[in-house]
Amino acid sequence: MKKLILASVALAFASGTALAQDVVRIGTEGAYPPYNFINDQNELDGFEREFGDALCERAELNCEWVLNDWDTIIPNLVGGNYDAIMAGMSITEARKQVIGFSQNYMPPDLSAYMAPVGADESVRDGVVVVQSNTMQASYVAETDATLVEFPTPDETIAAVRSGEADAVMADKDFLVQYVEQGDFEFVGEDIQLGEGLGIGLRQSDEELRDTFNAAIDEMKADGSLNELITKWFGADAPTF
Amino acid sequence: MFAFCTDPSTLPDWQWFACYLTSGTHLAFYWSFVVVMVLILLAAPFALAFGFAGALATRSHMAPIRLVGRTYTSMVRGVPDIVFFLFIPIAIDQALEYILHQVRCPDWDMPIRRGNDFLVCAQAKVPLSSSPAWVHDIYAFSLALFAFALVFGAFAANTLYGAMNAVPKSQTETAEAYGMTKPQAFRRVLLPQMWVYALPGLSNLWMILIKATPLLFLLGIRDIVYWARELGGQKTGFYAYPHPDWRVWYFLVVLVFYLVLTACSERVFEWLMRRFSHGQATAAGERQRRAAA
Amino acid sequence: MRSCQESFDAYILRSLGGDYGERLLPRGVDITLCDQVFLIASGLIWNVYFAALALAAGFFVATALAVAKFSENPFLSKPASGFIFLFRGSPLFIQFFFAYEVFILLPRAGIEINLIFTTITAETRWLARATSGALVVLWLNTSAYTAEIFYGALRAIPKGDLEAADAYGMSGFTKFRRIIWPTMMRLAWPSYTNEAIFLTHATTLVFFSGFPAWQQSGDALYYARYFADQTFNPFVSYPIVAAYFIVLTLVVIGLFGMANKRLNRHLPQTVRPKFRFRPQYIR
Repeated sequence: MKKLILASVALAFASGTALAQDVVRIGTEGAYPPYNFINDQNELDGFEREFGDALCERAELNCEWVLNDWDTIIPNLVGGNYDAIMAGMSITEARKQVIGFSQNYMPPDLSAYMAPVGADESVRDGVVVVQSNTMQASYVAETDATLVEFPTPDETIAAVRSGEADAVMADKDFLVQYVEQGDFEFVGEDIQLGEGLGIGLRQSDEELRDTFNAAIDEMKADGSLNELITKWFGADAPTF
Repeated sequence: MFAFCTDPSTLPDWQWFACYLTSGTHLAFYWSFVVVMVLILLAAPFALAFGFAGALATRSHMAPIRLVGRTYTSMVRGVPDIVFFLFIPIAIDQALEYILHQVRCPDWDMPIRRGNDFLVCAQAKVPLSSSPAWVHDIYAFSLALFAFALVFGAFAANTLYGAMNAVPKSQTETAEAYGMTKPQAFRRVLLPQMWVYALPGLSNLWMILIKATPLLFLLGIRDIVYWARELGGQKTGFYAYPHPDWRVWYFLVVLVFYLVLTACSERVFEWLMRRFSHGQATAAGERQRRAAA
Repeated sequence: MRSCQESFDAYILRSLGGDYGERLLPRGVDITLCDQVFLIASGLIWNVYFAALALAAGFFVATALAVAKFSENPFLSKPASGFIFLFRGSPLFIQFFFAYEVFILLPRAGIEINLIFTTITAETRWLARATSGALVVLWLNTSAYTAEIFYGALRAIPKGDLEAADAYGMSGFTKFRRIIWPTMMRLAWPSYTNEAIFLTHATTLVFFSGFPAWQQSGDALYYARYFADQTFNPFVSYPIVAAYFIVLTLVVIGLFGMANKRLNRHLPQTVRPKFRFRPQYIR
């Protein structure tokens, strides 16, 4: 068990409510821009940080962020080291057997293959890197490609850059930033996997799920969630 | 940090670097060097204490205690130290939570190990999940420190055991002939003399300790290695200071840091050795005497 | 539930890659004790591979380095001392990280070496793989440590041996091959045994240090940690890997003891030093 928590970014809210609510600890990876990453001020930043803070304020929860490796992010939730996961995690059938999810806070997202500029479509059957324990990993495992898994998103990009692998498959929203720099391009059709991003919760934590669902409903209704999505993922990103 | 850092993308090179190298994450990187030094300075005395206990146990006249001492001193010989570094913190963490669980939640009727999960009641979490972040950080650091002290204690135990045996037997025999009890002879005669014999081994141990500190990274501590990887990795437009993959430079800095640290330690130990040899009836002491004459 | 035989078939060679057994590692509640025993054992292949090759190759470099450091010519002794300091003065763990970053910076196409009559292209990609890149680091690292041991032994060769060699009219390489080198070996052997054990243990660092585990083929500790992370239970996989390493250490001691016997075979039975391995705790 890697319970050792890298660091936690405390967020005390001066929301003024006399709230007896305990601290809700939210686990995230902190290495997946623009969803969640450590910025130059050594603070957690990204879409999920902003969204999570807004959500907690609405739900009048006292939230605290905890960093945890992606590979052990679900076991540590089940083990009670934090109470929720917001780490760009898609809702999938396989995960639903182990943990519960809130409703989605991002519409179903696209996954894409990315390779160095000039590659042809055959790289999709070559050596494809993915982050381990992702739905992309399960997807690529079913194809003819040689699957190679790395524990962090950063390493998957490095492997393609160094030529160790032919292509990387990941969330398109994550890959876009590298394509924009000009070294890489998307190869072939995008693929839709999963049912959108959701907050991972322990299955027994129905109360917390209802609280989060209500707050997400509110944010969807008044457009503030769409605003955040547009801010972080650009005007073309699908919204609610 | 500096007033001109508000919009890094427009800065000339040297100002950009001035801002970049003083960003929040870089300050955390510099701080991690301090953390490593603190770990070394704290682990050394603890390891010495464990080592002393281990050496005494190995010398014990009672067979069971001697067996414990022997096992402790030889465990690091057959098994790589990194296995202990990975194992000890988790084992202690789970042991603490298990004990607290028995004490605080006696009527919990579900098993603690369920499938692949280790579940204790909320009151038995160490530290409590409601504790502030720094408590979690200190706790993680303490576990790491304990693991280091335990492993290097085993190394030290062997060195100290050897040093105790290296003190000439006649010394303790004479002390006992003067009517001292065994413990008295140990304290007054053996203990003060053994350090000269132990110093070479201990200085070597210090070097190994320094060189083992990057393993903190494996324990989930945000140490030098963590930051070198994190800061050196490619940064895209979402960051204030985008740059390509610079990890090789960061690791070069870390490499140089360790080289300087070991080189300085070597100097200090050479000096100490000269001090210790002074006036001793050894070859080195004799050479010093003749040089001065 | 897999039977033990199935686990054996699926995982005993898994560390060589996904093609040599079950592609997916056992996950979650599917993990059986036999899975852990066999998969961790399969990881030992890499520990033995790294240790054996690094030691074998390091032996020769170390001899050369020791002689160079002992040389009176500063153009030989200074670089040798510098090399030894570089690798002994910094942590192996950092050396791995640094080397990996250097290796991936090497041009993808390889380095063109321009010889006068032809151009050869040195392939560099393979260095980014653990199987070769980490081996190079381990090789250089153990060369430095061993060189220091050999250097100490060189300095301790009895003067009488050398004078006797001179009296026999030996010189140069003959003297080195027949007198200096064997004596150096005999003196250095106990410490060298120690270094071999340290190096064997150090091979566990490879897959934690930047070198990626392709298709999850790693060493024994890589799998042990994988299981500890998956099952939340460190009390099974770590003792297994510890037991394997105790056995491996005993094998190393046994092999080096046999070599020691051979090194001292010229001595009469009674004075022949019994090879009693006295563990040193220093590297």
